[in-house]
Amino acid sequence: MRAPAGGASPERGFGRRPPWMLVLPALVGLGFLVLPPAGLLLRAPWSTLGTRLADPRVLEALRLSLLTATAATGVCLVLGVPLAWVLARVPFPGARLVRALVTVPLVLPPVVGGVALLLVLGRRGLVGQWLDAAFGVTLPFTTAGVVLAQTFVAMPFLVISVEGALRAADLRYEEAAATLGATRWTVFRRVTLPLVAPGVLAGAVLCWARALGEFGATITFAGSFPGRTETMPLAVYLALETDPEAAVVLSLVLLAVSVLVLTALRDRWLDVA
Amino acid sequence: MSRPDTPMTTGREERAAGRGGLEARLLVRRGDFALDLELTAAPGEVVALLGPNGAGKSTALRALAGLVPLADGYIRVDGRDLHRLPPERRGIGMVFQDYLLFPHLSALENVAFGLRCQGVRKRETRRIAAEWLERVGLAEYASARPRALSGGQAQRVALARALAVRPRLLLLDEPLSALDAHTRLEIRSGLRRRLAGFDGAAVLVTHDPLDAMVLADRLVVLEGGRPVQRGRPADVARQPRTEYVARLVGLNLYRGQADGRTVRVEGEGGARMELDTVDHVLGEVFLAFEPTAVALYRSRPEGSPRNVWRARVAAVERHGDRVRVRLQGPPLSAAADVTPAAVAELELTPGARVWAALKATETRVYPA
Repeated sequence: MRAPAGGASPERGFGRRPPWMLVLPALVGLGFLVLPPAGLLLRAPWSTLGTRLADPRVLEALRLSLLTATAATGVCLVLGVPLAWVLARVPFPGARLVRALVTVPLVLPPVVGGVALLLVLGRRGLVGQWLDAAFGVTLPFTTAGVVLAQTFVAMPFLVISVEGALRAADLRYEEAAATLGATRWTVFRRVTLPLVAPGVLAGAVLCWARALGEFGATITFAGSFPGRTETMPLAVYLALETDPEAAVVLSLVLLAVSVLVLTALRDRWLDVA
Repeated sequence: MSRPDTPMTTGREERAAGRGGLEARLLVRRGDFALDLELTAAPGEVVALLGPNGAGKSTALRALAGLVPLADGYIRVDGRDLHRLPPERRGIGMVFQDYLLFPHLSALENVAFGLRCQGVRKRETRRIAAEWLERVGLAEYASARPRALSGGQAQRVALARALAVRPRLLLLDEPLSALDAHTRLEIRSGLRRRLAGFDGAAVLVTHDPLDAMVLADRLVVLEGGRPVQRGRPADVARQPRTEYVARLVGLNLYRGQADGRTVRVEGEGGARMELDTVDHVLGEVFLAFEPTAVALYRSRPEGSPRNVWRARVAAVERHGDRVRVRLQGPPLSAAADVTPAAVAELELTPGARVWAALKATETRVYPA
């Protein structure tokens, strides 16, 4: 990358220099991805970093973010893995449509997702109204609401990843388990799940990262109450108006946490590129 | 190991009613393909399904295991109807083609898997599984993962895993095909020993006649989803009834009309040819002879009574220390085995014309 003119090794490819029409946009693309986080590091108020990090509001937001992202990933696993299994293994009419519906949150602007959640689960929403009347449960503007908003936007990542792993898995192992007397549930638990574990983990990591960065649906559905619904991304956005330095510090923390977790998991278990 | 009381060479269905073991009629339809097979195996007996690719051997085995639904028919093992049960409730042991040991479990856990499914306590399953590993000579590999095992070891673990649940029917799908040629011989005899120690019925699928001959007490040859020949391996090898079996066992085979000591066979391109034999038979027959029984000459041989015909050399190929010459009719196509010296002397190259001779005493004639 550093010396594109002379750096092409003769062993690779056709032994010729890669064309600049590809190398140039590649370098620009790389720069575009790398420079903003680098800028964040450059502009960080390193001298006051210690005291700012100890700010209870920062710690509160961090704690809430880690808690809700992890809870959302848990919900995604409990609901998303079975959903992926059904999509991959049970042929039913309309499966294609269902598969398309599952991916809707991927393309839906998160704010729209938040509005939709409000309409359904809000205090006057279709389901929320009934939840409120029957159980006295209100979801909007609560920590549970944050988890719901994050689950909504993150679950497709898990479902897609796990469904792909299930489709790629060798079904004959499941047949072998069946001939040994395993019921379908035992087959799933003791054979299928361990075989697709890397796919599940990859999905969970993507899911967690997406939940951690969730902003639009959260602020729409859960608002931003410090200590209750104000997660890191929300805190960053709000701090930017009043105290830009605080926003940089919060961003740094978020960046550090996601890079740390992703590299740790990736080196240990993930084979994804 | 018990053998069936009578050699079955007539293609009639054998009944094992009341004797226990496997009794089945398998009808499976898949698109254009249809399998229709009646199959029995007595307790302690090993029956091999032999046939070319696509003959329906594996489908038959999968139908027995419940992995493929029956369109019609029945499966009975020791008098118990299995065909309506799902695979996990059939109590059948199956060894798959590439063994399919669970990669995330150790050898011991693989063998213990079936017992766990039966609800046996964990400690107990580990003890029984360890015994089975011991029995197949792999005690020291208990904690090894499948990918650390050689092909032969994996096969033994797969066999132990299938047998650990004490099945009354054992199914083996090409149990030796994943092995390379020089370990195969040893593993084959090991498998034979272990099968001999199994007291339930066993059905083995293979496309290798040698595996079938060594491992099975009885053969069922499948072609196009139907049985074309049944019998003891030696009988099938001696008296093949289809082109496929004849080729497998290396015999020349013809169908014809016998009239005392001559057989009129249908040759190439509608040509008829009369062959002298020593067996006295009448009616529709098969006539078979070994490639080594055919002698080749450049000019018409005189003298002793033999069948003589003229043919064209279609191909010359090496076959062990002999050379196999493929003769093309009319009137008769055949394979002939000669020495490399004869090839040079007779200038046997594709396209050459030679005289072929066959002694009447070298032919075998049996009813079709």
